[in-house]
Amino acid sequence: MPYAIECEGLKKTYPSSPPVEALRGIDLAVEQGECFGVLGPNGAGKTTTIEILEGLLPPTEGTARVLGKSWDSDAAAIREEIGLTLQETRLSEKLTVLETLTLFRSFYREGLSAEQAMDRVSLGEKADSRLKHLSGGQKQRVAVATALVGNPRLLFLDEPTTGLDPASRRELWGVISDFQATGGTVMLTTHYMDEAERLCDRVAIFDYGKILALDTPRNLIAGLAAEHFVEFSVAGDTLSESFGADLPGVTAVAKEGSVHSLSVEQVHIAIPALLDRIEADGLTLTSLSTRQATLEDVFVSLTGRHLEETAEVSA
Amino acid sequence: MNPHPFWQLLICRVRETWRTPEAIFWVFIFPLVMIVALGLAFRSDRVETILVDVEQGALSESITASLQSDERFKVTVSPVGEAQRRLRVGKTELVIAASDVTGEYNYTFDPTRPGSLLARNSADDVLQTAAGRKNVVSTSDVEMDEAGSRYIDFLIPGLIGMGLMGGGLWGVGFAVTDMRIRQLLKRYMGTPMKRPHFLAAMMGSRLLFMIPETLFILFIAWLLFGVVSQGSYLLVGLIVIIASLQFGGIGLLVASRAKTVEAVSGLMNLVMVPMWIGSGIFFSPDRFPEIAQPVISLLPLTPVIRSLRMVMLEGAGLLAVAPSLLLIVVWGSLSFTIAIVTFRWD
Ligand SMILES: Nc1ncnc2c1ncn2[C@@H]1O[C@H](COP(=O)(O)OP(=O)(O)O)[C@@H](O)[C@H]1O
Ligand SMILES: [Mg+2]
Repeated sequence: MPYAIECEGLKKTYPSSPPVEALRGIDLAVEQGECFGVLGPNGAGKTTTIEILEGLLPPTEGTARVLGKSWDSDAAAIREEIGLTLQETRLSEKLTVLETLTLFRSFYREGLSAEQAMDRVSLGEKADSRLKHLSGGQKQRVAVATALVGNPRLLFLDEPTTGLDPASRRELWGVISDFQATGGTVMLTTHYMDEAERLCDRVAIFDYGKILALDTPRNLIAGLAAEHFVEFSVAGDTLSESFGADLPGVTAVAKEGSVHSLSVEQVHIAIPALLDRIEADGLTLTSLSTRQATLEDVFVSLTGRHLEETAEVSA
Repeated sequence: MNPHPFWQLLICRVRETWRTPEAIFWVFIFPLVMIVALGLAFRSDRVETILVDVEQGALSESITASLQSDERFKVTVSPVGEAQRRLRVGKTELVIAASDVTGEYNYTFDPTRPGSLLARNSADDVLQTAAGRKNVVSTSDVEMDEAGSRYIDFLIPGLIGMGLMGGGLWGVGFAVTDMRIRQLLKRYMGTPMKRPHFLAAMMGSRLLFMIPETLFILFIAWLLFGVVSQGSYLLVGLIVIIASLQFGGIGLLVASRAKTVEAVSGLMNLVMVPMWIGSGIFFSPDRFPEIAQPVISLLPLTPVIRSLRMVMLEGAGLLAVAPSLLLIVVWGSLSFTIAIVTFRWD
């Protein structure tokens, strides 16, 4: 079985002044049936990558194959078999959901009916509503429905949930999972680590046009020196940043504001030791919590920056 | 049965336009206002009013009485300096002063103003007759006031042409740019949609909307002013269809690379303003100096209005307007071809 997506040595330099090296050598292979996440801050090259794979943007260098076919020789055939949403498309506000989907359906030789596509995204009762009367989340589901209406084997979604409220995001996650459950392949980009962790079988972490790491979310997290964090603060905020670094099982320390964060391998050894030390030093604990490491921590350990922070800054 | 993408694109475009009431409003209201306003302003009165001032003096009353026996004259008796001032600012066409001593009439008028000259001759005529002049040769008048020779008849083909130009450029050019800005063109490129289907649908929707727009102008002009075409309405229809396609092509060309509303609006005005001025919407382009004529006659709107006037005013046939039609076709195909080559979808 050929890969759903395969690319080698993708490079893209935008001929603006000054030229922007958006991609600096991307290699990927996505299995059929996989949900593959492209995770990275704004400007990392996610959109550039996905649009090259969608055949919408020519790479400066490198090759891309989709569903075993090449964009150079089989573009029309590939188009029939993929569905996509762009990062930012404003569909016609004056058309209804049904009209929009009927229009997109007409472009494909085979596919779902417009009604089926609406059901896939649970918008059946909005069939005759014009898009301008829909919420942001509902509009985004219409956009996904336009991607599904050709009954694709491969779905590309560029930041499908950016800017949506939590309920709308969960709803879209459901749509994506359902598509994957029927055997479809998904490639999505996101700068939300929870989305990647939740939805994706494998994740490529992008930064400055390069892949920094590529694996399952579980393996990426397991690759960290420690998988747990103990976070605490004390009355008066009197401690130095390095407090606790010598405790058993602590691999790293950090302090943000008044909150100390210890990276630990085993919580049940580190916490009693921490409590003993605090008591011995005559300190008063004002907060204590533990959490599992996330892809966010993976990104921080790879780049020294936070994913969301960088996203906010350049957004 | 999956509907054909061309029809779907066309229907959706029509729906979108139809659901933009502001646009529809302007398409119909603008020409209506123009027709009514200009039709009334340049109405050819059967009884023309001639404004005459008579300077105060011994004879002013008898002059006034003589003139007022002819209903065309509207006479004002003014003090000496005041009458001259009113002539200068155009409040009157003619000042008549009579010498108290000799009884001689003195006419002051502005020979460069047709109205003024007319007033002088008409007033002289009436006063001479009143004084007892006999005509030496007997004459009779035939007045020409057929539909077809009035300003409104001249104006309607101009307004139709102007509507076709605006409709094509805005209806196609602006719509396409808007779709590009919304990334919708790029989104379509992500589907198997065939590009010619899209372009044909844009042109097709223009053709569809041009029918009610043109019929509306013709209907209002007929209803209010009895404007009719001297030549075949089929030929008028043919010119209108070809012209719509031409302006659709120009609209597509103007929008073929624009990425902002400002860019496309600027280009659109750059293209339209010379035609508004030069192509003879409101007055004959023959009035421009000789040196400008070659340029004017090549502007895309000029042959449209010229051929419409030939058919509607002079009853010309297909053969007579063929050269104009050919020019329109050339403009249309040229701009459409260039538009397709340079068109950017993202
Ligand atoms: N058309 C363009 N011209 C010039 N630079 C561009 C263009 N599109 C994107 N870029 C630049 O390329 C880099 C990668 O952009 P993009 O792929 O959109 O990143 P992401 O989707 O991860 O936010 C950014 O620095 C962006 O500013
Ligand atoms: Mg992006």
